[in-house]
Amino acid sequence: MIKRKNKNIQNPFYDASLDKRHASAKRFKRFTLTSLIFSVAFLAFFLFDIISKGTPAFKVTYLHVDVTYNQKSIEDSRFAVERKYRKVISRSWLRDLPKQVEENPELMNTTQTMWVLADDQVDQYFKGHHYKLKRKDKALIDDMKAQGRINTEFNSIFFLHGDSKIPENAGFFSAMIGSILTLIITMIVAFPLGVMTAIYLEEFSEDNKFTRFIEVNINNLAAIPSILFGLLGLAIFINLFGMPRSSPLVGGLTLALMTLPIIIVSSRAALRAVPDSIRQAGYGLGLTKIQVTRDHVLPLAFPGILTGSIIGLAQAMGETAPLIIIGMIAFIPDAPTSIMDAATVMPAQLFTWSGMPERMYIEKTAAGIMVLLSILISLNAIAIYLRKKFEVKW
Amino acid sequence: MSTFETRNKKRELTEKLIKTALIIASVISVLTTFGILFSILFEAIEFFQMRSFWYFITGMEWSPGVEGSKFGAIPIFAGTFVITIIALLLAIPVGLGSAIYMSEYASSTTRDYLKPILEVLAGIPTVVYGFFAAITVAPFIVKAADTIGLEATFNSALASGVVMGIMIIPVISSLSDDVIRAVPDSQRKAALGLGLTQGETIRDIVIPSALPGIISASLLGLSKALGETMIVVMAAGLRPNLSWNPLEDMTTVTVTIVNSLVGDFEFNSPETLSAFALGLVLFVVTLILNIISLRLIRKFKEKYKVNTL
Amino acid sequence: MVEGKIKMSKNNKIKVKVEELNLWYGQNHALHGISTDIYENKITALIGPSGCGKSTFLRCLNRMNDLISSVKIDGSVVIDKKNIYDKDIDEVSVRKKIGMVFQQPNPFPKSIYENVAYAPIKHGIVAKGKECDELVEHSLRKSGLWDEVKDKLNDPGTSLSGGQQQRLCIARTIAVKPEVILMDEPTSALDPISTEKIEALMLELKKDYTIITVTHNMQQAARVADYTAFFHLGKLIEYDETETIFVNPSNKKTEDYITGRFG
Repeated sequence: MIKRKNKNIQNPFYDASLDKRHASAKRFKRFTLTSLIFSVAFLAFFLFDIISKGTPAFKVTYLHVDVTYNQKSIEDSRFAVERKYRKVISRSWLRDLPKQVEENPELMNTTQTMWVLADDQVDQYFKGHHYKLKRKDKALIDDMKAQGRINTEFNSIFFLHGDSKIPENAGFFSAMIGSILTLIITMIVAFPLGVMTAIYLEEFSEDNKFTRFIEVNINNLAAIPSILFGLLGLAIFINLFGMPRSSPLVGGLTLALMTLPIIIVSSRAALRAVPDSIRQAGYGLGLTKIQVTRDHVLPLAFPGILTGSIIGLAQAMGETAPLIIIGMIAFIPDAPTSIMDAATVMPAQLFTWSGMPERMYIEKTAAGIMVLLSILISLNAIAIYLRKKFEVKW
Repeated sequence: MSTFETRNKKRELTEKLIKTALIIASVISVLTTFGILFSILFEAIEFFQMRSFWYFITGMEWSPGVEGSKFGAIPIFAGTFVITIIALLLAIPVGLGSAIYMSEYASSTTRDYLKPILEVLAGIPTVVYGFFAAITVAPFIVKAADTIGLEATFNSALASGVVMGIMIIPVISSLSDDVIRAVPDSQRKAALGLGLTQGETIRDIVIPSALPGIISASLLGLSKALGETMIVVMAAGLRPNLSWNPLEDMTTVTVTIVNSLVGDFEFNSPETLSAFALGLVLFVVTLILNIISLRLIRKFKEKYKVNTL
Repeated sequence: MVEGKIKMSKNNKIKVKVEELNLWYGQNHALHGISTDIYENKITALIGPSGCGKSTFLRCLNRMNDLISSVKIDGSVVIDKKNIYDKDIDEVSVRKKIGMVFQQPNPFPKSIYENVAYAPIKHGIVAKGKECDELVEHSLRKSGLWDEVKDKLNDPGTSLSGGQQQRLCIARTIAVKPEVILMDEPTSALDPISTEKIEALMLELKKDYTIITVTHNMQQAARVADYTAFFHLGKLIEYDETETIFVNPSNKKTEDYITGRFG
C-alpha cells in the first residue's frame, strides 16, 4: 500500500476532493470485510456452541451401588437396591434386571457392588448443568461424590440404543439405521433415473420444445420448497398407493424425487466436460451413439457423476421437513428391520429430541448434530477428494 | 438373413429400447413437478369446497378445530412476511458485502480459503439451524431484550428470522460472487483510468453492472426463506399473530402446514386439508419467484456472454 | 539505452521525462532502464513487436501497473517537475491528469451523457446541471461525436457502433481535463473508416493534449506521430522524429523491424 499523503505544497497532482473520496472508499471496504468476518465468525461461534453443548453427552454418569439379585427383585426391580437409591438410579437399568439374570444365571441370589447407570437428572447435576433433584437426593449424590462412588464412562448407549422416553436410555442407533435404509432407497431410485436423464439430455436429445420443457421442469423442481415434496409423498405414496406411513420406502422415494435435480445437473456437467473428440473418434470407428456413450463417454464422466451423487446424498441426509410430513417423527425405540417398518432418520430424531423437556436431551441433540455433521463433512471431503483425484486435464 | 443382419437387427432393437428407457427417465422429472402440482391442487380444491377461498386469502382469523372454525390466512401470511423480511435484511447486506470483498478485494489465497467456509454454511442441515435458533439464539434475545427493558417471547420472530438470514447468506453471496466476477475487467480499468478510487469503481460501475444477477440471487434467497420449514417449526410460534413486532411470536405458512398434518384430525377434514391450500399458495409464489430469477440470470448471461453461471 | 539523439529538442517543451525506468513482473525483468523525453502537444508513437514492453511502459505513465500485485518499479517518471512515483503522490490523482483510452472500447453500462459526465462530477470539476451539460457537449464535440449523438444522449453507451464507442471513450477521457492522453492500440479493434476518423481526431487533439499511443500498425505511426519510439525485448532501442525512424534509422534492429524482417 503506497502512502496517500497528497500534500499540498508544490504538488501539481494535489486534489482536494481525494481525501474525502479515499475515506469513503475505505469505509466501503471496511463494510464488506465486516460482512465477511461476520459470516465466518458466526460459523466459528456456531461450531463452538454445538461442540460445547454436545461433548458432555459422550460421557454418562454411573453410580457405585449394591444390587441384589433374587426372586423378589426380579419380579419388582425396585427391590434390587436400597430405598434411598431408587430415585437416583436409571429406571431403564432397573427394568433390564430380569434380562441380566437371564443372561448371567450365576448372579441369582447374590448381591453385587457394581456401577449402575444414573438417572438423567443426576447426570446433569454431576455435569454442572440445570437439574431437578429433590434435596435429599442431591445430598445423597454429594455424599457419593465425596466417597468416589460416582463416575462418568463413555456413552456407548448413545450409539447402541434407539430412542427412549427415559432420557439416559435414549440413543441415536435406530435413527442411524433408519437413515441408512432410507438413503439406500433414495440412491437406488435417484441415481439411475438421474444419470439416465442426464445422458438423454446431453447425448441424445435435440434442441426442441420437448427438451426445453424437460429442462425447465428440472430447474423448477430444484427450487420447490422441500416441504411440498412431503405433501406429494403424503397424497400419492401414502394415500393413493397405500404404502406404509413413516417407512424408509416412502421416505426414500420422496427424497429421491428431491435429489433428482442435483444428480441430473452434476451428471450433465460431467458429461459435458468430456471433449467431443472422444465421441468423434468412436463414430469414426463405426460405433453407434449408444456404444460410444456407454463405453467411452460414460466411464470418463463417471468420477464427476459420482461426486455429484455423493453431494446429493449428503443433502438428502440432512432433510427433515418432507419426512415429517410423511410421518417419520413417530417415537421409534427399535431400529427398523426392513424398508416397510416405521422408522425415523437422524435429522428427524434430532428434531424430536430438541422438543423434549428434559435437559439431557439438549446435549444428546447436540451430540447427534456432531455425529450428523461429521458424516456430512466426511461425505463432502470424499466427494472433493474424488473430484481432485480423477480430474483429468483435457 | 445372414448372422450379420440378424445381429444388426438385434442391436437396433436394443438401442431403441435403451433410448426409450432414457426418455422415460427424463419424463419422470416432468411427472414429479406435475405430480406435486396436481396432488396439492386436488386436495386444495377439496378444501375450498368446504371453506371459502375468498376468506382464505383475505380473512383475519385462523381458528381450526372449533365449532365454526375459520380459515383466514392473512395472519399466517403476515407472520411469514415479517420473518422473511428480517432474514433478508440480514442476508442481503452481509451476503453481498462478503461477495464483494471476496471478489474485489481479497487476494486469491484468501479467497481460496474463504469460499469453502461459506459453502460449509450452506451445507448445514436446517434442523441444526433450528436447534441453534431455539436453544441458543431465542433465549439470548429474551435476555438481551430484557436488559433494554423490552419483552421478547421465547418464540420471537426475531430469533427465527436472524437464523434464517444466516442460512441464506451463502445463497446470496455465492451467486453474487459469480456475477460480480463476470463483469469484464475492462470496465474496472476504464473507471480506474479516469481517476476513480477502487471503492467508487466497485460501487458505481461494477455493482450496477452486476445488478440483475444480484437481484436474481436475492429472489432465490427470498424463495428459500419462504419455503423454509425446520427453523421456524423449531423456533417460531404456533399462534397466528398479525403483528409487526419482531419480539412477539408469530407463525408461518410452513409451520401451519406441518401442524395441520400431524394433528389428530381425519385426512378429509378442513383442518388437515388447509395444509394443501397453504401448500398451493407456497408453490405458486415460489414458482413465480424462481421464473423471474432465472429470466434475470439469462439476461445477464446474454449481456456479458458468460457460461460459468 | 537510447541510441539516437533528438536533433530539434530546443523548440519543444518536455512534458514527461522518464529516467531509468525498470519494471519487474515478479522475477521477470520486463523493462530495462528506459530513459526518454516526451514532448508537449505532440503525438509520440510506441512501436515494436509483440511482448516488447510498449504497453507495459505506457501503463507506467499513469501508474496502472500498480494494480498488479507482483509488479515492482524502479526509476522515475517526472511530469510537471514532479516524479509521479514519489511517496507523497496519490496514484489516483495521477490518473486524473493522465488519461487512458483502451484497445477495446469499454463504455460504462450507463447512458451516453452519464458516461461522459460521471467522472467529472465525481472529481468535482463541474456541478450537476447546466455546467455539466456544457462540459458533456464540449467533450463530445471535441471527440467528433456530438452531431451523431446529440439527440440520443440518454441512450445507453453500448448502443453505439464500435467506432462511435471508442470516440465516446475518448470524450469521457477528455471530460476530466487531462494534460496527457495515453492510447493503447486505440484503433486495432475498429474498421478502417472508424480508424481514419480516430486518427484525424488524434491530430486535432494534439493541439490541446500530449498524446502517447501504442500501435502495432507502423503505417499508423507514420501517419499521425511526430515522434516514434521503438521498443524491443523491454529496451528502448531508438527514439527520434518519426520521419527519421522510418526513413533513416540509426539502429540495425530498428531497420529490421521497419522493413519487416521480424515482427
